[in-house]
Amino acid sequence: MSTDLEQFYEIFFEESSELLADMEACLLRLDVNSPDLEDLNAIFRAAHSIKGGAGTFGFTDMTEMTHMLETLLDRLRKGELTVRSEMVDAFLKASDVIKAQLAGHRGENEADPKVAKEVCEELKRLSDEIQDRLPNEAIADADIEMGAATVEIDISNVPEVTVNVPQSKNASLKKTYCIEFSSASMGDAAIENLFANLKRLGDLEELSSADKRDQFKLRLSTESSEEDVWETLAFVVDPANLKIELEANDVSRNAGNVQNFSSNISNAPDLCTNEDELSSEKMPPMQGYGFFPGAPAVPKELTNSDLQSNSMQQQSAHVSKNETQNKVNKPSSKVSAPISPATSETSSIRVSIEKVDQIINLVGELVITQAMLAQTTSQLDPVIFEKLLSGMSQLERNTRDLQESVMSIRMMPISFVFSRYPRVVRDLAAKLNKRVELKTVGENTELDKGLIEKIADPLTHLVRNSLDHGIEVAEKRIAAGKPAQGTITLRAFHQGGNLVIEVSDDGAGLNRGKILVKAKERGLPVNDGMSDQEVWSLIFEAGFSTAETVTDVSGRGVGMDVVKRNIQGMGGRIDIESALGVGTRISIRLPLTLAILDGLSVAVGDQMFIVPLNYIIESMQPSAADIKTISGHGRVVQVRGEYLPVIALHEVFNLHSNVTAVHEGILVILEDEGHKAALFVDDLIGQHQVVIKSLESNYRRVQGVSGATIMGDGKVALILDTAALVLASQQEMV
Amino acid sequence: MSQLQTAITTSNSNNSRAIQMPNEFLTFRLGDEEYGIEILKVQEIRGYDAITQIANAPEFIKGVVNLRGIIVPIIDMRVKFRLGNATYDQFTVVIILNVAGRVVGIVVDGVSDVISLGLEQMRPAPGLGSIIDTEYIMGLGTVDERMLILIDIERLMSSSDMGLLDHTIN
Repeated sequence: MSTDLEQFYEIFFEESSELLADMEACLLRLDVNSPDLEDLNAIFRAAHSIKGGAGTFGFTDMTEMTHMLETLLDRLRKGELTVRSEMVDAFLKASDVIKAQLAGHRGENEADPKVAKEVCEELKRLSDEIQDRLPNEAIADADIEMGAATVEIDISNVPEVTVNVPQSKNASLKKTYCIEFSSASMGDAAIENLFANLKRLGDLEELSSADKRDQFKLRLSTESSEEDVWETLAFVVDPANLKIELEANDVSRNAGNVQNFSSNISNAPDLCTNEDELSSEKMPPMQGYGFFPGAPAVPKELTNSDLQSNSMQQQSAHVSKNETQNKVNKPSSKVSAPISPATSETSSIRVSIEKVDQIINLVGELVITQAMLAQTTSQLDPVIFEKLLSGMSQLERNTRDLQESVMSIRMMPISFVFSRYPRVVRDLAAKLNKRVELKTVGENTELDKGLIEKIADPLTHLVRNSLDHGIEVAEKRIAAGKPAQGTITLRAFHQGGNLVIEVSDDGAGLNRGKILVKAKERGLPVNDGMSDQEVWSLIFEAGFSTAETVTDVSGRGVGMDVVKRNIQGMGGRIDIESALGVGTRISIRLPLTLAILDGLSVAVGDQMFIVPLNYIIESMQPSAADIKTISGHGRVVQVRGEYLPVIALHEVFNLHSNVTAVHEGILVILEDEGHKAALFVDDLIGQHQVVIKSLESNYRRVQGVSGATIMGDGKVALILDTAALVLASQQEMV
Repeated sequence: MSQLQTAITTSNSNNSRAIQMPNEFLTFRLGDEEYGIEILKVQEIRGYDAITQIANAPEFIKGVVNLRGIIVPIIDMRVKFRLGNATYDQFTVVIILNVAGRVVGIVVDGVSDVISLGLEQMRPAPGLGSIIDTEYIMGLGTVDERMLILIDIERLMSSSDMGLLDHTIN
């Protein structure tokens, strides 16, 4: 059976990572003073889903950890205990441990079992505390008192649960199940395997006759819960053909239980008793893995002990018991309703990026074809071809809509990145002993998935920087007349086809004098007359830091240069605004997608090239007098007192050009990392947004070319590798 | 794909040697010679379109074209093999190949047809000092009076002298 499961590993890993992320988000959102029940439930569900999956795949370390989480969370969400900040800390630590364990199972770094044990201990300690405290709470209502008793029984089971997760049961709870299933479409090996698995659970007795081989009737007496039996079977047997019943005489104490179990299996809503509601709410079949429809072991345990404590009340008291539980479980049963619609709301499918890219390619092609058709039909007589032309305009609309929606597939809200910072800020603020609030604005701003992944690291760096260097300690802030709590704001918005992400803080701001002194010390070319912008940009120099002390957070001067390089690598720009004592704002300007580039198309001979717009300073038509030669061959052009090397594109690419005299063509002035050069082309054609295509996927790297694109007429145009061209011209000059 | 190939060849012939030999070939002309390439490597056949030149590429690499959003390099086999005049008219054809995980186009003088060759119709290539290294010739096929030069196109395209790949597989 294990081989069958392996194909689900990847799904489990992915889903667990997502659940952990959700869990963390909920934890951070959780207000300790007035916890939102919805959040607590969400955290519980996430923990539970992970536990279910981990149990199925036999990752016992994860089951243990999630189980501890669940135990404590269950208390919390029932309102039996108030949330304290140390619990949230413990939860966060636990989610870290689970993350590490997940990575371990994935074959990455092995998780440290010592840390896991520590966190486990802490969670246990926290839930034990509750036990101590609970009896002290005076509960007037007798009904609720019974509920409290239930809880006590449940807690006493906890240590046992941790020892042998997940199938701990009191020995006295040995039960007998009647199992009926049809083995149609099952192989002999599968049946044999199933029998072996069932025998492991307890004593198995076969009731069905040997001649009727496709219909099995079994009697299983076991300590395992019904869910375990169900799970064992459900993997092999079609749940529709499966029937498990608790033998009635075995549980005469609470006949309602039988009804409960069978209704649980058939999922018949009309039979739903209160226990049912409780358990199905904890494990909504659709919410978890989809393939274990049974309820989990622990909540059921609660139900059982519940029933035990109610045993004197027999079946006749069934109605009143339901009432009791209604009261005790009010908070949890209240929220059971909105859970089921949530399943349908969040429906999504996982599709590989390749498939999406393929669709984007094809749609791009469709748009070009449509443009070609439109061009052809526009020459036709609109009276004779009226129908064709109206069809064409409809086609145009449809293709445009299609293109838009396809492009939006790759787009994701930036909240995917922003959501990780509350945690970063929280941890770091505690470490640095500062009081900081993180505000995020515009989380729904969308950008390309590829960019989302790449922006995370630079942004983390900026946030950490703001916290460490920007925000002052509380005393200093109060002395400066600012609120003790500092604020870091993350803001994302669209601006003119770009996405702007701002990291701003209301901290100390950059100290111009200090930066200049440091720069002089490091021998950088600075003077006191530099503009603020120029001074601020010094902090992007490699190894530059004004921090007096190097902490383990920052101050080594490594980072800002990396941040700048990363942002530039994405085709973006980074700007700093700062005022001493007021704060700093760093804004990152990014193209909306990696796949699209703003470019200037230039012509050389009969070929067209794209020059990335963000490297272009200006373009000009030089006069013959501005062109000078150096030692006979190298040409330079004088632009406002500067001599720039001339790169003749037709010479670089060995093309036949219509224009050979520089002053007859156009010079495009390029700048890359402070080096400037003039690119000599025949003509400028226009400005385009072009879709970047790789040359390397079917060919190889070409010197001086960074990629290719497809123009509106279906032709291929090469995108110039501006940085390489400028660099080459510099070397030529030396 | 190789599994499919094997399945096809084994179903057609029980001879063990046939397992390595494909038996359906697309034939095309280069100058006066007729060549054959394994049909399963062919993705499609299209006319010769406007091509974007690539700077400093070898002469036989004509440039790149746009094939439904994919940038595909185009190689003129006539230039590569120095056969016939590399003229481009309405009969000039580009065969789009799918070899070594890449999409590559080759320019030929014209596509003839698809031919099935039995094992008895294939002869090993003589060790002539021809323009094409015999390493890339799988064999010679005979159909009636015609002779086909069967090229191992995958090997040829991934060879270092084609300069198509950055790191040659061989």
